[in-house]
Amino acid sequence: MPTHLRQRPVAPAAPAPGPSPDAPRARLLSRLDTKGSPYLFLAPFYVVFAVFGLFPLGYTAWVSLHSWSMSGKGSFIGFDNYTELFADPDFWNALFNTLGMLALATVPQLFIALVLAGLLNQKLRATTLLRMGVLLPIVTSVAAVGIVFSQIFDRDAGMANGLLGLVGVHPIDWRADKWSSWLAISTMVNWRWTGYNALIYLAAMQSIPRELYEAADIDGAGRMRQLWSITVPMIRPAVIFTVISSTIAGMQLFTEPLIFGQGNYAISGGTLHQFQTLSMYMFEKAFRDFDYGYGSAVAWMIFLVIMLLTLINFLVVRRAK
Amino acid sequence: MTARLGRVLLATAVAGTLMATAACGSGDDSASDSGKTTLVVKTFAQFGYEDLYKEYEASHPGITIKEENIAKLGDYSPKLQQWMATGRGAGDVVALEEGILTQFMDKPDQFVNLLDHGAGKLKGNFLDWKWKQALTRDGKTLVGLGTDVGAQGMCYRTDLFKKAGLPTDREQVGALWPTWDDYLATGKKFTAADTGAHFFDSAGSIYQNILMQQGDHTYYDTDNKLVIDSNPGVKAAWDKTVEMVDAKLSGNIAQWSPQWNAGFKKGTFATIPCPSWMLATIEKQAGPESAGKWDVAKVPGSGAVRGGSFLAVPKQSKHQKEAAELAEFLTSAKGQTAAFKSKGNFPSSLQAIDDPAVQGSTNAYFNNAPVGKIFGASVKALHPVYLGPDNLPVDDRVTNALAAIEQGKLTPDAAWDTAVDEAKRAAK
Repeated sequence: MPTHLRQRPVAPAAPAPGPSPDAPRARLLSRLDTKGSPYLFLAPFYVVFAVFGLFPLGYTAWVSLHSWSMSGKGSFIGFDNYTELFADPDFWNALFNTLGMLALATVPQLFIALVLAGLLNQKLRATTLLRMGVLLPIVTSVAAVGIVFSQIFDRDAGMANGLLGLVGVHPIDWRADKWSSWLAISTMVNWRWTGYNALIYLAAMQSIPRELYEAADIDGAGRMRQLWSITVPMIRPAVIFTVISSTIAGMQLFTEPLIFGQGNYAISGGTLHQFQTLSMYMFEKAFRDFDYGYGSAVAWMIFLVIMLLTLINFLVVRRAK
Repeated sequence: MTARLGRVLLATAVAGTLMATAACGSGDDSASDSGKTTLVVKTFAQFGYEDLYKEYEASHPGITIKEENIAKLGDYSPKLQQWMATGRGAGDVVALEEGILTQFMDKPDQFVNLLDHGAGKLKGNFLDWKWKQALTRDGKTLVGLGTDVGAQGMCYRTDLFKKAGLPTDREQVGALWPTWDDYLATGKKFTAADTGAHFFDSAGSIYQNILMQQGDHTYYDTDNKLVIDSNPGVKAAWDKTVEMVDAKLSGNIAQWSPQWNAGFKKGTFATIPCPSWMLATIEKQAGPESAGKWDVAKVPGSGAVRGGSFLAVPKQSKHQKEAAELAEFLTSAKGQTAAFKSKGNFPSSLQAIDDPAVQGSTNAYFNNAPVGKIFGASVKALHPVYLGPDNLPVDDRVTNALAAIEQGKLTPDAAWDTAVDEAKRAAK
């Protein structure tokens, strides 16, 4: 960067009549430089965000106000898509499924991640190896995870049913019921993301002063007590971050249930939509039934629900301590 | 201050726009360079056109053909929607599967009217109903030219039939089931023999086949009115299928699932109604070690058809004339015969069906079954069925409801109500 720009004579703070004809011009340039440059340097992000973030958002809203099918834009119908959506049992079912799997996936995931991070924060042999090891699942492609877990939870030849068979439990048709399909899908999500969250917690834990733990040791506090009374409060920003990011990811759950579903109509999330998430419902409406207007309305509802949940999360987590 | 800030923001916005447009500029690949025309053909699954392209390029100097293939129809169809909706990306010739075509037939204005390119004289090349499927109801616009039809046969495992004490010769097997009731009776016999295998894969696959033999329309009448709950043909197909599920003939294995794929090799089901294009799938999934274990017999009831495709030229093509000529070449009797020989897609052209190369063809993998004869007879015997605009989404719902019966989650009556209710909402 041309740093000499900064060394230009700074104009007097008091408004003084410029003796030379180009002084106001230089002053203007200089002020533009100091005030404007940061915006210019920040601009690329906002431009990219506007092109790939804001514009699609606005355009989707525009589409959602139309009866818009595959053969092109139909008529403007105002909020009819939304009215219909609120009376649509499939939408509520998808919302319920999404929230259910969100709870099943996020809560244990973050809890295990916390404990795991607490363990990784000890003095252990091969710490680096162990710490990197928990990251491995995230490197695995989500499609591969979906395929492997789909086989584990296979009705006829799956490992899960095989193990259950050893203790005399009848084979479970994992895709047929809500509880079993949710459990299977949440397992995939948990497996993949626990290590990632653990590493974020671990990074935050590294900055906690050791003296606090030494003092706690002297006071006779146990490991769990130290975790809850020292570690968690000290890493609260990291907790807020993981809670919010997991919520957003959970609300957009798509690939895992889709691959788990299998067959030609996997997008419907089971025969009776047992595990159809909101994203799947959006995709089904827009790209299987070719009702883009309605699909866009679903997309906007997903956005609004995420905003709402993020707000609730934020308030709850911040108020917790 | 605000004025200055505004100007700065304006400047950044301009800079940003410039950057964005500059970035977009390189993405637009031009189709023609130095007088050479490149025609892009978009297909899914297997169309078997490789040799035809070479032949066409040799006889049409200046034309290069590029095929862009997407393996699964399920992945292809949303992509196609995007190309058509955004007005770019669809190339010059697109393959339209029967189900996709019905959705476009309502508003055919996104495709070139092939009648404008002299396709009218080709009418006699095609099965009459295949021709009509791509013709608007006023008869003025032809959206696509037929390629293959999913002529139906019944594929079965000879080893399992032998184990169950049933005949294995394809003539005798075909004679076992002149009607679906006979098929059901055979299934009961098979199941009683307890071979460890199911009689067929899933309710959905049987239902499809019976449904396509019930009169001239299914979920929609020819005025595009949804008649799922008033068309007795739909209910008849449903009831017959439920009867078979009740008799425990179904393996409840969803089509296109991994278990289904593995089932061909492991022999978890003994029969499956197989459209001609499915033979390639069976051969691939069952693998070379199962050669000769599968065979093809005639399908119960009259002939039937499931699936089949068309070639169309999107309006967005920059070489509409050349593209229409190419589509005509690929769907000619000669082109269809070549595609059949290459990938087994059964022709929709009468001349091609009667071509000795098709009639006399056998499939080595399926015990040298005379597939040309079997599928040819099936196609000629069938009664064409009209499919309405939302046929595909409606069919998804009905098939799902049938699967829910198989899973024991709904009684047949409740499942029927669910299917009708969901179909009505999907078709809205």
